[in-house]
Amino acid sequence: MPWLSTLMAVPVLGAVGVSLVKNDKLAKQVALAVSLVVLALTVVMATRFDPASAERFQFAEVHQWIPRFGVHYGVGVDGIALVLIALSALLVPIVILASWHDADGTGAAAPPKRSVRTYFALLLVLEAMMIGVFAATDVFLFYVFFEAMLIPMYFMIGSYGGVQRSYAAVKFLLYSLFGGLLMLVAVIALYVVAEKNTFMFPELIGAIQDPGTQKWLFLGFFIAFAVKAPLWPFHTWLPDAAAQAPAGAAVLLVGVLDKVGTYGMLRFCLELFPEASKFFTPLVIVLAVVGIVYGAIVAIGQTDMKRLIAYTSISHFGFIALGVFAMTKDAGAGATLYMVNHGFSTGALFLIAGFLIYRRGSSRIADYGGVQKVSPVLAGTFLIAGLSGLSLPGLSTFVSEFMVLMGSYERYKVAAIIAASGVVLAAIYILWMYQRTMNGPTAESVKGFTDLNARERWVVGPLVALLIVFGFFPKPMLDVINPAVDKTLSSVHVTPFTPAVAEKKGAGQ
Amino acid sequence: MQSPVEIFQHSGGVIGVSWLMIALPLLGAAVLLLGGRRTDRWGHLLGVVMSLAAFVVAVAAFVELLGLPAGERRQAVGLYEFIPGVADMGLLIDPLSISFALLITGVGSLIHIYSIGYMSHDPDRRRFFSYLNLFVAAMLLLVLSDNYLGLFVGWEGVGLASYLLIGFWQFKPTAATAAKKAFIVNRVGDFGLLIALFTIWSVFGSFAYKNLGAGAVQDAMAGGSLSQGTVTAIGLLLLLGACGKSAQLPLQSWLLDAMEGPTPVSALIHAATMVTAGVYLVVRSGAFFEAAPTAQLVVTIVGVATLLAGAIIGCAKDDIKKGLAGSTMSQIGYMMLGAGLGPVGYAFAIAHLITHGFFKANMFLGAGSVMHAMNDEVNMRRYGGLFAVMKITAVTFFIGYLAIIGFPLLSGYYTKEGIIETAMEHNEILGWLAVLGAGLTGFYMSRMVFMTFFGKRRWADDAHPHESPSVMTVPLVLLSIGSIGLGAYLILGNRFMKFLAPAVGLPAELPEPHIFGVGTVGLATLALVAIGAAFAWFRYGAAEVPEVAPRGSFLTVFARRDLYGDALNEALFMRPGQWLTRIAVFFDNRGIDGLVNGLAAGIGGTSGRVRRIQTGYVRSYALSILFGAAVVVGALLYVGTM
Repeated sequence: MPWLSTLMAVPVLGAVGVSLVKNDKLAKQVALAVSLVVLALTVVMATRFDPASAERFQFAEVHQWIPRFGVHYGVGVDGIALVLIALSALLVPIVILASWHDADGTGAAAPPKRSVRTYFALLLVLEAMMIGVFAATDVFLFYVFFEAMLIPMYFMIGSYGGVQRSYAAVKFLLYSLFGGLLMLVAVIALYVVAEKNTFMFPELIGAIQDPGTQKWLFLGFFIAFAVKAPLWPFHTWLPDAAAQAPAGAAVLLVGVLDKVGTYGMLRFCLELFPEASKFFTPLVIVLAVVGIVYGAIVAIGQTDMKRLIAYTSISHFGFIALGVFAMTKDAGAGATLYMVNHGFSTGALFLIAGFLIYRRGSSRIADYGGVQKVSPVLAGTFLIAGLSGLSLPGLSTFVSEFMVLMGSYERYKVAAIIAASGVVLAAIYILWMYQRTMNGPTAESVKGFTDLNARERWVVGPLVALLIVFGFFPKPMLDVINPAVDKTLSSVHVTPFTPAVAEKKGAGQ
Repeated sequence: MQSPVEIFQHSGGVIGVSWLMIALPLLGAAVLLLGGRRTDRWGHLLGVVMSLAAFVVAVAAFVELLGLPAGERRQAVGLYEFIPGVADMGLLIDPLSISFALLITGVGSLIHIYSIGYMSHDPDRRRFFSYLNLFVAAMLLLVLSDNYLGLFVGWEGVGLASYLLIGFWQFKPTAATAAKKAFIVNRVGDFGLLIALFTIWSVFGSFAYKNLGAGAVQDAMAGGSLSQGTVTAIGLLLLLGACGKSAQLPLQSWLLDAMEGPTPVSALIHAATMVTAGVYLVVRSGAFFEAAPTAQLVVTIVGVATLLAGAIIGCAKDDIKKGLAGSTMSQIGYMMLGAGLGPVGYAFAIAHLITHGFFKANMFLGAGSVMHAMNDEVNMRRYGGLFAVMKITAVTFFIGYLAIIGFPLLSGYYTKEGIIETAMEHNEILGWLAVLGAGLTGFYMSRMVFMTFFGKRRWADDAHPHESPSVMTVPLVLLSIGSIGLGAYLILGNRFMKFLAPAVGLPAELPEPHIFGVGTVGLATLALVAIGAAFAWFRYGAAEVPEVAPRGSFLTVFARRDLYGDALNEALFMRPGQWLTRIAVFFDNRGIDGLVNGLAAGIGGTSGRVRRIQTGYVRSYALSILFGAAVVVGALLYVGTM
């Protein structure tokens, strides 16, 4: 069975169905059902995935697409792609459920009513593309998904977003197109220089030997990914886009789309251009560490919840990039796990912030206060989500952050120590936001708040449960990720880390 | 000197299921939090039962451990693979960890029971008990884990419980701020602990205690893979973590504010157990500290500085809980001093930690009983003469008082004296400073007792004090029994030192504790304590206590303001931090974004004005797409014709 093609086809067909349905409510239900089917299929596929398999990309399908240029419809997953696809498949139904009224024109600060059917159809189209971008094993196909993803997101921000939605949507698009164009040039140059007459990723590994060429091509890919992720200093589009997007779209934007950037660094930059990656490592690590500290400091100073969460993500993307470029097994696995956990964590934060905004009609932190007293469940889940943002042990985000820092310390001690200061800054931005919104005397405007309703609990519950379960038991995910990271690093030819004690022993023998 | 014994892998028996100690209270917390209001009626009972159940398991495991020969009293229990290739979850039952487990579950259960009464009028009592259960579970993980990573999970877990409980009355802005402050200051310590762990990992490739014993450290140093500088750094970084958790200088400032939490919390977390975790960490990491004399010296200096600072703060506080908090800081300073003195010191430090757990919990709960009677008044200037109306509270408090000042034959006498004597052997300056601290303790604790239970009644008009219900007084009585006899039991005949030996080692020469020592140091200590108590009597017992605090000398103000610790933090970190934040936000909005907006607008063919992007976007969009498409087509054509 062509698993990956099915995973993409189902949401596309679902989107067609949703846009044909006349009744808004039915459209939502269909969208939810379709996304649940995709989730179920993903779960089945994941159980059939064999981490120990010698075959690197499983569930592979390769068909000629443009034979003249060696472009293929090539899909397949290793452990890294699998967990990211699973993240996407999980977040979409949650986002659909959370966005139930986002296009209705209800709620305290909703934009005017827009087409409900279009919104949910866009969500499903986006889901297909998110799966495609992680599944693509053909570089050109990857590029196509990379760019095409922008379109549904552009409309979701531009039509369904907040007051400054047009500005934010265009800014998002311009940044992404700028990065995308650089990548396109690099993709084509890669094809030309490699002289393999194919865009298939596995065949392109090791194809570029000349260090100079590697560096130029690396830059083309890397800048595109750095804008996408986004890495400091390419980040300024994200706070606007995330703050203006509806909460659900913001989750997919920050939780999944941005991961394409860090995923791309790990998959394409490292493996296709190993020498250039090593050459640029000091630069990337500096950018990452600056981003960690800078994003956190700017987050502390935010007065708007959604912008604050966006800046925390910039800090977190710094951690991921640090983990990718530290090029140790622990850091790489940690960075991959971080991509998934960050989706749970930021997803929960954005969605609960969205519930608050739906009630109050404002995303300004100062407009809240004392919510704990009137909506204890809402406050409690917000706290757990927040604690996952500061990587509290017992929640899954801790495992990934610990592994990234530990793995980076194996090779870059100073960078890891500076990055670790993020744990203090994270405590400040999260707990201060929590205190200002949830603690203290109940603000007048908050008094009428209801607690989370059943639908909202179904949105938050799974995310909180996953954060806790994988916090204590990350093994199932790491067992899938570890072999894939090993494989990736083996293409880069780095000496693996050995503890000083073992090293001495080895030398003695 | 005798080294710690080897760690064995255990299966079966009670020790095999010692994870129940953690699981049961964790289950309690989960049921109460998820169950919501439905569990309000019986939630507090479930909390108590789960804590008591953990105590029962701890006692049974203790008995089983005692049944083993001394050379096998370190039993590791594997649980599951936590982070593959990095660390497994597992427990280590040895004399050190089981001592803590008994203290945590024993004193913890008494405080749970007491809280039934203390929190009976609070609408959120169930939530309170769920947090208490969560705390017990996390604290047990901290001390029982057989590796540093599990310890760290518990370490931050107790930090979370502490945060939740300090801020339990979160609708009070002061409580919310205090909770946040405690967490953030602790995270500064955790930062140090994290770097220590990374360094340990980079040298040893393991977090398990069994791979990080004295032998492993010595081998690594002999083999050249662990330098003296690195091991000293590990020690100092671990100490930074310990300072955060245990409110030692320079990370002490959060503990006084933490008194915003309900009093049982102050007793359990901020006196008896959590704040002593730093001492546990230093003792558990003895292998590193013993290889790093410089780090050990710094531990003792931090201990002495804090024991004096806490005592000085305690001398000036009128708030009974803050007075006790200063005292806690000071007593943990003693423990930290002991922890920096090698195996003899470890035994006295942990023994003092245990007796302190009893007498300080006893006094905190006593203070709670007084507050309960006085409409939550905490100002001792509005107390006075309470002995007559609440005899059980007063007598039990008095016993705790005698124990902490080191009155001969009571618990604190033996354990504190042991630390002072050991310190004296290492370094006379530190030793005499510790004696001075004892004198200060004599003063501030006597002051507290006189102001609260004796003298004229200075009560508020609406105060009608009465003795607390038996659910609160019975725990007081049980704790005061421990305050009387536990010290003698542990110290005489070096009973505790020998018990602890498998975990931390045994010195070549054992000290010779007397029932009543008549050495110079001991007598000098007693004399200073007596002088301190007498001075307190003249100022607060015999003389009238003004209801409004007099302005006080420079020294008094210095002590009242917590030795300007907060002022220092604000000047050094908070205000510069706020400026940095503001500058960064401004820079981000205007600098980077402004530049890029200008650039984008330029590329889009519109003018460089930032505002233009908002109006000229359609054109920019179209141009970009066009440009992109052109490149693709051009490239494909080029390739196609090759």
